[in-house]
Amino acid sequence: MSADMHLNELNRRYFILGSTAMAAFAALTSPSSAQTPVPTAEELIKAITKDVKPADGKVALDLPEIAENGNTVPFSFTVESPMTAADHVKAVHVIAPGNPRAEIGSYYFSPQSGKASASSRMRLAKTQDIVAIAEMSDGKMFMTKRAVKVTIGGCGG
Amino acid sequence: MAELTKPRVKVNATAKAGEVLEVKTLISHPMENGLRKDSAGKAIPQDIINTVAATFNGVEVFRAKLGSGTSANPYVAFFFKADKSGDLVTTWTDDANKTINDTQKITVS
Repeated sequence: MSADMHLNELNRRYFILGSTAMAAFAALTSPSSAQTPVPTAEELIKAITKDVKPADGKVALDLPEIAENGNTVPFSFTVESPMTAADHVKAVHVIAPGNPRAEIGSYYFSPQSGKASASSRMRLAKTQDIVAIAEMSDGKMFMTKRAVKVTIGGCGG
Repeated sequence: MAELTKPRVKVNATAKAGEVLEVKTLISHPMENGLRKDSAGKAIPQDIINTVAATFNGVEVFRAKLGSGTSANPYVAFFFKADKSGDLVTTWTDDANKTINDTQKITVS
């Protein structure tokens, strides 16, 4: 790649080539380059749910069906709950099992939140099923999964 | 370590008592995930904003613990119940324990 190529079309082509190669490179090298042991998605889910078996439902996870750019995939979730002191959502955990590091984020709520809902943007390394687990104030757990197709993996990987 | 700059918070400044308001927040940050390497092949250490928390009149209404899977320039939107007038304070914390705050005045009528 010569440095004086400044034609827009060429640059764009190299950019696309470059990012695909980078994603492939990251996918190849990431498992060995991790310095500290990274918890797998199963370990993360187990650490959250402990001995409680999560039930289906209550959590609505909103994600695009196809994410063209894995670097920034918008998502939002809402958990059905009256959000009173006696009955509210304590936390929602979002996990991407197909990422080199599965943890996207944990979101904590209180009755003062008014609504157990949040939006953010995640990195996705590849096509996978995103998991959202809600922890209720009475100790119950609810889990949902959503499939998302990723066209170009986020160099998250 | 990336600097914490330009936090932006968007929320209605006025509300009815007990209304649940949406707060949209954005901050500039690379969210370096610790998996990338620089041009010399050296690993770039992890440097992310690991916590976004909000209090209203001193009571915590929302907290997000972000992992490295959250995108660069993290956008986080959440809700809170405005029962009386007061300050909504959002705090971002990074891996070096640096923090930055934003305060929004909410008037409840």
